[in-house]
Amino acid sequence: MTLALYVPRRSLVHRIPAGGKLLALAALAVLLFAVPALPVTGAALLAVLAVGLGAARLPAATLARQARTVRWWLAGLFVFHALFSDLPTAALTVLRLLALVLAAAVVTATTRVTEMVAVIERLCAPLRVVGVRPARIGLVVSMALRFIPVLAERAERIREAQAARGGSARGLRGVRTTVTPLLVQLLQMAHTISEALDARGADDVPPARGRRSPAAA
Amino acid sequence: MRFRRPEPRPDAVTDPARGIELRGVSHRYGDRPVLADVDLHLTEARIGVVGANGSGKSTLARLLNGLVVPTAGQVLVDGLDTRTSVREVRRRVGFVFQDPDAQIVHPTVAEDAAYGLENQGVPAAERAERVAEVLARYGLAGHADHPAHLLSGGQKQLLAIAGVLVMRPARVVFDEPTTLLDLVNARRVARVIHELEQQVVVVTHQLDLLDGFDRVLVVDGGRIVEDAAPRPAVAAYRALMERR
Repeated sequence: MTLALYVPRRSLVHRIPAGGKLLALAALAVLLFAVPALPVTGAALLAVLAVGLGAARLPAATLARQARTVRWWLAGLFVFHALFSDLPTAALTVLRLLALVLAAAVVTATTRVTEMVAVIERLCAPLRVVGVRPARIGLVVSMALRFIPVLAERAERIREAQAARGGSARGLRGVRTTVTPLLVQLLQMAHTISEALDARGADDVPPARGRRSPAAA
Repeated sequence: MRFRRPEPRPDAVTDPARGIELRGVSHRYGDRPVLADVDLHLTEARIGVVGANGSGKSTLARLLNGLVVPTAGQVLVDGLDTRTSVREVRRRVGFVFQDPDAQIVHPTVAEDAAYGLENQGVPAAERAERVAEVLARYGLAGHADHPAHLLSGGQKQLLAIAGVLVMRPARVVFDEPTTLLDLVNARRVARVIHELEQQVVVVTHQLDLLDGFDRVLVVDGGRIVEDAAPRPAVAAYRALMERR
């Protein structure tokens, strides 16, 4: 599993500030919904492909991977609209969604996570007045992106360990025998992560006495 | 294993008045004691800690940079009490964990290496320079923008070490840094540890990692039962384990 969407390149699109790219993405979404015309949507899709594959020099596989992840949704939407609306509406809906998915992929593939997180922190800055620390929100977002693949890997290891002993991850029992050890591992890992954050200067709050798990002694 | 050892940094390592001092340290988790009456003065450049699982050695390691504060006694780093000066202590004592997956907190390699520097308020230009330097030193320069979770186990541990060393601590504590690694990667990490200019404290089960160390502590039942040069200390540890 990979959430690693950033593709390092030296391109103009990569150099545009993250805030600018996110604004452009939002503007594109507004345009596509405000002007529901097939030529406009088709042109937008072509423009997104030109920016992604041409200006940003992204590999076609990067965009194709994103399109593949939504292919069943697109197919379902097309069939639904073809049955209950008409074919032009079905085509418009699918092309609009595809254009937005690919545009979002271009933004994430050309923007480092830290730049995205910096935008989130700037947007959250007004919350300082109510005691929220924007840097903490940014760290949470960044850590979520970092640890989702790790969690998926741990869950896979548990499933493999059970399969090696003849168990099955299917059904309610499978969920229980996967979720319980995964939760235990996650709690242990969360504790180590909090220590690692402390060790690298994330927090200036002194540690509590004896808060460590006895099992880790 | 034999590795080249760099000249020690005179300001951080060789002054016997400095170093890490444990005075009458005891620690317990709830009702369970894990360390009892430990007195140590750690001034040597290379110090190893060995002991059975649950002997208290990881708690001992965590006491050295204030991740754990003792329930009794004092831990002093260059005279600074870990109980009252924890931020300053952690700037001086870096900590590398056994599992790098739990230590790498950002999605990409360069971003994670920069994390500690951001916390220290290092300006962006200097941050980028120091991150590039440390990644190059540990063979990760070509992976700067790569996702951290796609690195090999050895590369992850090197990234975890880089993320600590980029903060330029005077001392580094390693908690079983080679336990999860294969032989080749364990040797790479061992070489990195041996070549550090910082004072190093290594908790390990890999006894050959301690070759060339100055001092080895054997922990058993929450007490230091042997404190000697590597050869006699390891012999005492083996004898202790064989009696079980």
